[in-house]
Amino acid sequence: MSKFQKKGKAEMPELNTSSLPDLIFSILFFFMIVTSMREVELKVEFKTPSGTELEKLERKSLVSNIYIGRPTREYRAKLGSQSRIQLNDKFAEVANIREYVQDERESLAERDKPLMKISIKGDKDTAMGIITDVKMELRKAWALSVVYSAAQR
Amino acid sequence: MAKGNRKVPGINASSTADISFILLIFFLVTTSMDTDRGLHVRLPNPPDETQQDPPKIRKRNSLIVNVNMNNQILVTQGDKEPVEVVLSELRAIAKEFIANPEDRVDYPEKHAVELPAPFGVQMITDKHVISLQTDRATNYDTYFQVENELYGAYNELRDELARKTFGHPFAECNEDQQLACRLYYKCMISEAEPRTYNQH
Repeated sequence: MSKFQKKGKAEMPELNTSSLPDLIFSILFFFMIVTSMREVELKVEFKTPSGTELEKLERKSLVSNIYIGRPTREYRAKLGSQSRIQLNDKFAEVANIREYVQDERESLAERDKPLMKISIKGDKDTAMGIITDVKMELRKAWALSVVYSAAQR
Repeated sequence: MAKGNRKVPGINASSTADISFILLIFFLVTTSMDTDRGLHVRLPNPPDETQQDPPKIRKRNSLIVNVNMNNQILVTQGDKEPVEVVLSELRAIAKEFIANPEDRVDYPEKHAVELPAPFGVQMITDKHVISLQTDRATNYDTYFQVENELYGAYNELRDELARKTFGHPFAECNEDQQLACRLYYKCMISEAEPRTYNQH
């Protein structure tokens, strides 16, 4: 029965890996498309509150963020651990908010301007004082559509 | 001298997998897939200095929710005595106040208002106002939870209405139906400027 006769030593068949790069490339493209690079370096720490009545933020390009929280460790020595406001890449005061909103509004297309949203990413343990000041400035800047960023409970 | 066709040496492509792996890992690390969620609120127009006195609100139409510096919640409805409540009770209180299902005289008055189809003219409490007052020292988390409960009250009422009228939950309604429900229970939360109580 020569059919079953082994020809010398049996070798493990080599695994064909020629399609592996294609496979990896398709995963790569998937991640390239869904990815959104972090735009700002966070200088404050915040843990958003959790709620049940939340809605999704539909168009990210319309949203400008205001971060409110404790400065991160490296800045704490200089600034203390009181809650601070961060706009774009740097710490800011309440008085800077109006300018920030105007700049952000200018960067939007004309028809998108009324749809602008401000997302307040506030830390749970912040006192309302600073948040209210921010809200007051937003009202004065006519940025009335506000989102309190939160986690789904 | 070449014998017949010369063969072009094949490019060794075995490392493309490694290269793309590195790129893949880079994107894996930098990607953030979390979708942003939040509580959408509409702030009132900027305060108008020329306006002397704010519009009068009848006592029965107002529900004042007060959160103090110790994060205790005090609810004052109309002429009644203020009551301290816990967060979990707030939603039911707000729902009762907004809808006024039994048409009580100490709860918000109802007016006939023209609403989009299929409602037509309905008696709704269109003049009610929920006023949320906080202290500068109130915790943001507490404020957020209170706000969440108040919006929750509206959402629950709209959901009940949608189930009764259209036979399915609010989330499954089309845009016109959602708008109609929204107008039936119109959100009237006013956020007053905070006061500083018992400051030492």
